Amino acid sequence: MTGYILKRLVSAIPVIIGLSVIVFGIMALIPGDTATALLGSYATPDNVARINRELGLDRPVYEQYFVWVGNLLQGDFGRSYILNRPVLDEILERFGATLILAGTALVLCSILGILAGVVSAVRQFGWTDRIVTFFVLIGISTPAFWLGLLFILIFAVQWRVLPASGMYAVYGGGDLPDLLRHLILPATTLAIVATGVIARLTRAAMLEVLRQDYVRTARAKGLDERRVIYRHAFKSALVSIIPVIGIQAGFVMGGAVYIETVFQWPGIGQMLVSAISTRDLLLVQGGVLLVAVTYVLINLVADVAQAMLDPRLKT
Amino acid sequence: MKKLLAGAAIAVLMAASPALAQTPPNVLVVGQIAEPQSLDPQVSTAANDFRITTNIFEGLVRFAEGTLEVEPALATAWEISDDGLVYTFTLREGVSFHDGTPFNAEAVKFTFDRMLDESHPFYGTGPFPLSFNFADITETAVLDEHTVQFTLGQPFAPFLTNLATNTGGIVSPAAVEQFGDDFGRNPVGTGPFQFEEWQSNTRVVVSRNDAYWGDAAGMETVVFRPVTDANTRVAEMLSGGIDIMVEVPPDNVAMLADDPMFTVYDAVGPHVWYVMLNMKEGPFTDQLVRQAANFAVNKETLVNDVLQGTADVSAGPIPPAFNWAFNDAVEPYPYDPDRARQLLEESGVEDLSVTFYVTEGGSGMLDPIPMGTAIQADLQAVGFDVTIETYEWNTFLSNVNPGLEGKADMAEMAWMTTDPDTLPFLTLRTAAWPEEGGFNSSYYSNIDVDEMLDQARMSTDPEERAALYRDVQAVVHDDAPWIFVANWKQNAVSTANVQGFELQPDFNLRLAGVTKE
Repeated sequence: MTGYILKRLVSAIPVIIGLSVIVFGIMALIPGDTATALLGSYATPDNVARINRELGLDRPVYEQYFVWVGNLLQGDFGRSYILNRPVLDEILERFGATLILAGTALVLCSILGILAGVVSAVRQFGWTDRIVTFFVLIGISTPAFWLGLLFILIFAVQWRVLPASGMYAVYGGGDLPDLLRHLILPATTLAIVATGVIARLTRAAMLEVLRQDYVRTARAKGLDERRVIYRHAFKSALVSIIPVIGIQAGFVMGGAVYIETVFQWPGIGQMLVSAISTRDLLLVQGGVLLVAVTYVLINLVADVAQAMLDPRLKT
Repeated sequence: MKKLLAGAAIAVLMAASPALAQTPPNVLVVGQIAEPQSLDPQVSTAANDFRITTNIFEGLVRFAEGTLEVEPALATAWEISDDGLVYTFTLREGVSFHDGTPFNAEAVKFTFDRMLDESHPFYGTGPFPLSFNFADITETAVLDEHTVQFTLGQPFAPFLTNLATNTGGIVSPAAVEQFGDDFGRNPVGTGPFQFEEWQSNTRVVVSRNDAYWGDAAGMETVVFRPVTDANTRVAEMLSGGIDIMVEVPPDNVAMLADDPMFTVYDAVGPHVWYVMLNMKEGPFTDQLVRQAANFAVNKETLVNDVLQGTADVSAGPIPPAFNWAFNDAVEPYPYDPDRARQLLEESGVEDLSVTFYVTEGGSGMLDPIPMGTAIQADLQAVGFDVTIETYEWNTFLSNVNPGLEGKADMAEMAWMTTDPDTLPFLTLRTAAWPEEGGFNSSYYSNIDVDEMLDQARMSTDPEERAALYRDVQAVVHDDAPWIFVANWKQNAVSTANVQGFELQPDFNLRLAGVTKE
């Protein structure tokens, strides 16, 4: 297993290098620059040239890239042009917030999705199945940012039971209950779409397994139905559910970009949106790198978990 | 499983149960449009940052409440030499920075040398993007503890107003030495509020400066909260999470104005929204065609319907916010499509197909796409054939700033400035054509205007300057190098218990006089 993990880790390296080159390239190709963003309407050619010189942005792109890689290898992510602070400080702070949000959403959608999928597979074509399928379809089809705004209107503006935005109260607060209060709406919103996807796939996987001969055998030898479903069928179905959760993890991280904007959650998605619009190259590089590494790691964990459940996959 | 679900439900209810109260009485929470970039007054470029720094820092002079006229602040008096080159300031005595170090002539010299002198030991704490506003300073000299003297390389009348802008805020040398690059996250000035804490992407907190030389601030604490999404900002306002918010979306202004729980503020800003017309090539080289375009566009509809009353119709390059230099005899071009058709006929120009650069967004651009389409429709109605090309803001700027020649006939643009000199000087002079390093991207050129602007910049007599700007307004209005469209009115909303809040024409947020009932 260790060899398998190592092999997977090594194979992730070219992916990450390629990604950093692509991001650097795209940022260099899109028109506009940091100096223009900083200067706004004062971006005369003279001023732009002066700022570019001071930030080292007048050097060729490949040179900037190698300087960045060189510094990165020494643990230096550089300094954000716009925010005037070390990139590492900013992305770590932001990343923590994203992990809390995306992590909660992922746990939430996995539990709810699997539960809904199993229940509706077991009661296929029954009323429970129909109701679950109905809500799953609504969940999948609703744009999350709209749902977020709706939640804010209902729970924060109308009923005033939950805060509209932010991660902590701006005065006082800062403890765990405060965090939970702020987490409920964005995490639920973010989880809803993913819940639908997981529920559908779980239902399909369960139905397929329930048709297998060994399930019939288990039933035939008089096993309790609950035991058949959870011990025999569900365990096999999990092999095909886990990679879906891995993919949903990526989806949840991606969805965090707009959910963070709607709920003013101080995460990395919100940071990337503003960093791209101000052409804050090093901040974009640092942020994308971190997200990419996380994504690779999550999928690695999913693959390892899958391999542990189904040793045939361990090649 | 049932137990687990019930447990989860209880946890949710417990977390949710303490009903959200209003903000505490001694704390003012301000909804900002974005996370600040830097709180170093010389480094910062964004209005969003200035709304915080203006409460922490002060310049030698400042704009009098509600105007763009200069009055004493950290300087009590000043003298300008007859040639307009030497400015001598007498500094206020007994003023201290928030870190306890004294404010004196050395601190003023430190502030300007740091920004302008590349060999200054703390020049590296930049870059200082707006330092060009002070680029004419050749020397800052300390005459004694409380007297400081600036020598300029050439006469530059807007110098005094530039000192009143946020970039002219005096910083504590001791704090810059202590924090270096991080001074922008640990700002120390002399203002009515002192910096307490900056929690990234969550809040910036300032507290009352009890040792302030002027009237002490009304609030004990002010919290600035970034809420980037406008809808969320409104929702926070409605749910009681913030006390004041700026830049209220036009769609929400009417709703909030009708609600007795809230007070809506609006004020004219030194802002001009216009469409520049390419005078080097194409139909707009003809003055009659340019005037026709001005008659053809229904600006009333634009400001009332598209911008929902958040702007006024503009008459020329100098907005009414500069009340001391504004020419109220120059009226906006009325909406008169028949007159436009008639002028087009007189001009004899046959090919009226034009390309129109429209931006998707951008600083001060208001609602650029709906405005662009409405202008297109109005121009089509009198015989133009307008093709719109839309660009993202940064891309738009890098297309427009180098000049429209060979690319487009018209482009949207907006400016916000603090001196009537800035906009015409940078966008209307012959010497400001793009190849000369200016923003005259549509190649307007009128020797009279050039001369008047140069003279206004050299004159140290405010009356003479004002008269020149009034003439500039009249001449440019007639030449019609732009379609003059709108002057933005900034707006803000507060809860009804906020007292003493006024919007400032420079878009700053002065909070020292604000209290809560």
